[in-house]
Amino acid sequence: MSNLFHQDVLTALISGGVIAGIPLLLAALGESISERSGVLNLGIEGMMIIGAYTGFVATYYLHSTALGFLGGAAGGVLACLVMIVLCVWLGLDQIVVGIAITLAGEGITSVLQGAQFGTTYPRLGATPTVSIPLLDKIPVLGPGLFQQSLLVYLGIIFAFVLTWVFRSTNIGLNLRAAGEKPEALDAAGVSVVATRSYAVLSTGALAGLGGGFLAIVGAGVFTPFMTQGQGYMAIVICMLGRGKPIWVALASLLFGISLSITTALQLAGIEISTDLINMLPFIAVMVALVIFGRRSYLPPALALPYVRGAR
Amino acid sequence: MSTVPGNELLTEVEVPSRAGARSGALGKALDTTIRSLVPVLLALVAGGLLLVILGHDPFAFYSSVWEHGAQGKAWQESAKRMAPLLLIAVGLIVAFRANIWNLGYNGQFLLSAAVISGLAPSLVNDLPLGLAFLIMFVVAGLVGAIWTIVPALLKAFYETNEIITTLMMSFIGVGLAQILIKGPFQDPSVNIAQTKVLELNKMLPHIPGTKVHIGVLVALAAAVVVYLVISRTAFGLKIDVLGANPRAARHVGIQVKQLVITSFFFSGALIGLAAAADILGVWGYIRANWNPAYGDTVIPFVFLARLNPLVVIPFIAFFAVLSTGGTLATQEVGLPTDFLLVLVALILLFMTVIEFLGRRRSLGQSYLPNGLRAALRLPGAKKREQEAAG
Repeated sequence: MSNLFHQDVLTALISGGVIAGIPLLLAALGESISERSGVLNLGIEGMMIIGAYTGFVATYYLHSTALGFLGGAAGGVLACLVMIVLCVWLGLDQIVVGIAITLAGEGITSVLQGAQFGTTYPRLGATPTVSIPLLDKIPVLGPGLFQQSLLVYLGIIFAFVLTWVFRSTNIGLNLRAAGEKPEALDAAGVSVVATRSYAVLSTGALAGLGGGFLAIVGAGVFTPFMTQGQGYMAIVICMLGRGKPIWVALASLLFGISLSITTALQLAGIEISTDLINMLPFIAVMVALVIFGRRSYLPPALALPYVRGAR
Repeated sequence: MSTVPGNELLTEVEVPSRAGARSGALGKALDTTIRSLVPVLLALVAGGLLLVILGHDPFAFYSSVWEHGAQGKAWQESAKRMAPLLLIAVGLIVAFRANIWNLGYNGQFLLSAAVISGLAPSLVNDLPLGLAFLIMFVVAGLVGAIWTIVPALLKAFYETNEIITTLMMSFIGVGLAQILIKGPFQDPSVNIAQTKVLELNKMLPHIPGTKVHIGVLVALAAAVVVYLVISRTAFGLKIDVLGANPRAARHVGIQVKQLVITSFFFSGALIGLAAAADILGVWGYIRANWNPAYGDTVIPFVFLARLNPLVVIPFIAFFAVLSTGGTLATQEVGLPTDFLLVLVALILLFMTVIEFLGRRRSLGQSYLPNGLRAALRLPGAKKREQEAAG
């Protein structure tokens, strides 16, 4: 057991936790934007897997990680357009459309992957990292936190930016109004439909980016169904964090660590069933829900389509 | 598929707000039929277009689906596939009608399947076969039901959103099933992680003259029983009241907490039965990482049947043919079987669009009880929302 606290193991745990946590972080931040505006986005799992696929393909053919991330975000946006048209513009049921997007995303990426690569799964090379001078020299924490892909820093910075946007900008106020009392927003002369459309659009981009990160940096390969419920975890993280970006970021990193704990334990030479380890994050969510579930908060107009003048 | 028996039943379960644009019972039945069938047809057409894009011949593909799923003796395979699909569908109907999103079907199914595969080899040898089957069906039902208890209690007492809790329990259940298969239930005589294989003569007996096991009859019986319970008993009425409006249910003195827990229980139990029928009737063992995810594909048909356990039967029959035939047809042309998921998703999407076109005013609410969507919100929020809605 003493191996567990060896420096290499802890470094691997933190570094792996950050890499596994960033897709969750991006997706959960995206989900909190759309939930704030009153759209429950159950299709986030599908947007992530599509982002993972398009991100992988873009990196594979264009040989550029940055373009890969762009591709991932574009894939997510493409998937969320369906949601915008059906749920925000036409006011159709958000849960059913969300499930449909997830199923379609899983199916279509698997079909396209099969059509392109057959049963081979080509790998991508290592991705460039950015080291922050001095900080990356800290033992244990340094390599884990300050020697990562650029997107890791951007993602964490974005959590702070989003806090500011929610709290102190007009955009944030509009978003919250669209989720809390859309009638009031409409009466104030701001279009609820437009506000929600932009919200879902950014959700799609962030979820796609998260999926892209998962495929390009996390795994280095695209395999069908590779998101394995991470989109749903993002929804839970968003609920537990009550839509507050900083809490969402912290929770994502915690879940990231529990996702990456398998590798660290293997390094430490401890044999535990991987199935048990894979269950850990979900057990953690259930425990958290049992303890804090009562206090989770959702906007009143969540999952309700807005129809002008409807009573 | 072209004729849907039991159309007249559709009108019986109509929520008042769904009075269609056409007048008269016949017009309404026609209206509902069109709305149920058109999404399926559109999805098949769109799927065909996708096949063209991928460089396959859609007509050849669909005729191959028909050939492998329905022609000759192939229909027997599809009939066998119907057993788990129908039981899961009926289980989902019980929950959905009661205003509960039970999305934990994969965990409930796999956990029951793992337990049954582990118990079956010794039970069938120690006990008379009939008794062993009976015990295993009961155990499977109980396992499925027990796996809903945590979400049920959380929903009943804290109104925690059950979409999240059932999904989380589903992932845990799938993991636990793997641990059982690789651990206590693994067949020590083989190197692969799987349970002991049941001997062919120790599996569910066939319906005389066919190769279809009697699990299909269990599923059909379950559909009929659930239909009768829902349409003819106080319990069914309570479930519908809860589904339509939880607040009204509380006001007329329905024990909402109890009802939530009971509906969750029966929903999980039916999904557990699906596992027993599939393992004892078709597979005879379970292998690690096997997850057919039947529930994912059943959802659209449950909605298309408007949560009616009898009307869902022809839809499930259709999907059973598509699924058994489609699996072979996709393999034939070298597509991943996940192409079928795309078809299912297309059906769901077209379903919502058709609902929109059919009923612009109530905006897609027509095939879901109002309460089902209200289930998303929390007590305080609910009150405010209702005040806002007047």
